Amino acid sequence: MSAPEKYGAFRANSPKPLQRLTTCFTLKAARAPESTRALPGSMVRIPDIANKRPLSAIVALMQTIISVSELSKTYASGFQALKSVSLDIRRGEIFALLGPNGAGKTTLISIICGIVKASTGTVRVDGHDIVADYRAARARIGLVPQELTTDAFESVWATVSFSRGLFGKRANPDYIEQVLRDLSLWDKKDSKILTLSGGMKRRLLIAKALSHEPEILFLDEPTAGVDVNLRRDMWQLVRSLQATGVTIILTTHYIDEAEEMADRIGVISKGELILVDDKSELMRKLGKKQMTLQLQTALDHLPPALNAYQLDLSSDGSELTYTYEAQGERSGIIALLKDLSDAGIVFKDLHTTQSSLEEIFVSLVKDAT
Amino acid sequence: MNLPAMRAIYLFEMARTRRTLLQSVVSPVISTSLYFVVFGAAIGSRIAEVDGISYGAFIVPGLIMLSLLTQSVSNASFGIYFPRFTGTIYELLSAPISYLEIAASYVGAAATKSLVLGLIILATAGLFVPIQVAHPFWMLLFLVLTAVTFSLFGFIIGIWADNFEKLQLVPLLIITPLTFLGGSFYSISMLPPIWQTITLFNPVVYLVSGFRWSFYDVADVGVGISLAMTVVFLAIFLAIVAWIFKTGYRLKT
Repeated sequence: MSAPEKYGAFRANSPKPLQRLTTCFTLKAARAPESTRALPGSMVRIPDIANKRPLSAIVALMQTIISVSELSKTYASGFQALKSVSLDIRRGEIFALLGPNGAGKTTLISIICGIVKASTGTVRVDGHDIVADYRAARARIGLVPQELTTDAFESVWATVSFSRGLFGKRANPDYIEQVLRDLSLWDKKDSKILTLSGGMKRRLLIAKALSHEPEILFLDEPTAGVDVNLRRDMWQLVRSLQATGVTIILTTHYIDEAEEMADRIGVISKGELILVDDKSELMRKLGKKQMTLQLQTALDHLPPALNAYQLDLSSDGSELTYTYEAQGERSGIIALLKDLSDAGIVFKDLHTTQSSLEEIFVSLVKDAT
Repeated sequence: MNLPAMRAIYLFEMARTRRTLLQSVVSPVISTSLYFVVFGAAIGSRIAEVDGISYGAFIVPGLIMLSLLTQSVSNASFGIYFPRFTGTIYELLSAPISYLEIAASYVGAAATKSLVLGLIILATAGLFVPIQVAHPFWMLLFLVLTAVTFSLFGFIIGIWADNFEKLQLVPLLIITPLTFLGGSFYSISMLPPIWQTITLFNPVVYLVSGFRWSFYDVADVGVGISLAMTVVFLAIFLAIVAWIFKTGYRLKT
């Protein structure tokens, strides 16, 4: 489906962008040939979110749209921002790149988008080398930078139209209108950018990035410094875009954002990509579970027979916490409960919790340093 | 070639001129008119003819050249410096457009603005002094070549500068003095012999001389030399721009 179809053909009579874009995506699925709908015996794991998607979207997810191979970058100052990074981004996925400040996230994005030169390595975007075939590669990419960089004295309409022209697209006022409406900027189309709020400027940068109907959208910390409501709106927008087939790569400091949005997650630290995995797989592999027991009677100390379980007793002696690996074949819970019973310890309630992505991230980065 | 992108940059820059009409067009026209009032009418009436031309008319090509040079440089330098200053340069660098196309678009817009301004000043001058153009084709050729050449120079300055002070430095400290000392207001034959020789090292002499020849058929240096020097400057600036783009100097890290 061409990009104009994504936005242009489905804009009529649909009040909400998400509804409209979802409709569009369903139509796309209905057109898919029979052979592509069935995936008997497929061993390819599709992220959880894909369960709710049409099969054409699932097929698309298996294709690589960005291929980064042994990419390194050393700045003139001698600082090595990237160290032989290799990464494949799948078509149609939301990929979150996590990492602390100075980890190399923005450098990686900047190289792919053509803003920074790589020292060594190659990047291909939809099969096009970003150096040798930069026109084809860049035409597919939209970039929302981290900083709110805008021409303060331009109008909203002029700057978005300019962005479209810059990417070689013919003027399409209908499309620009739709993008501005979808981003709740239509009322501000004639306003100068300097009169916009921070949140509006952030949306404007997204409108500029979408103006040329990209297949890939880079969002460099899209919700940095925005309020909670706008943040949720952004998430909604990103999901809507993904539903139209746009591949989204976002960097973020907010772990909950990656946890909420991403299909896959990459963790970068000190220029090295230390992990790439499906979000749910990552949670499953590296997440730890804890079982907390609320005791009927408070304990002064733990019986020696329970030492092997490395239990934590709360300061008031009323709670016992048992930590175990989520992916472990045997959690040891049954044995623990039996030993507790044998020791005469009675509990009145229990609950389990799992490590958040944030805890996993902190643990990974800590291990890498 | 990405013509829609070039068109977008060109129109964007021209729109900026329209928004800042007072600063871009009206201000230089008023300044030049003041030169005509002071040098042409007030002082000029007491100065003898130069090469058989009234002083007021004699200074017209020099004044046009003064505006052309300063405006070409400042328009082009500001055009590319401003996106660097605001950070919106990321959009240019990530767009499917070549460096050559970027330079051609900015230089084209800056040269267009300077040309229009030059023609407006020429028309304004006609209100004060009688003007004749002996070689209209050559007049236009010199006008276009100079506007393009110095817009390229401005583009280079816009890439080189890392603050607004540097942006103003070259036009104020180099272009304007060289233009004033390059025969805009006098014929170099009026100078003592030693200064005549020294003046020949001023590149603006060749531009003003050739341009004045196209008006009055009189020149300080041969028109062929003027044309050749203009082309040499163009080639030098083109070579520098090519080097900037090849190395990514101040554009890409």
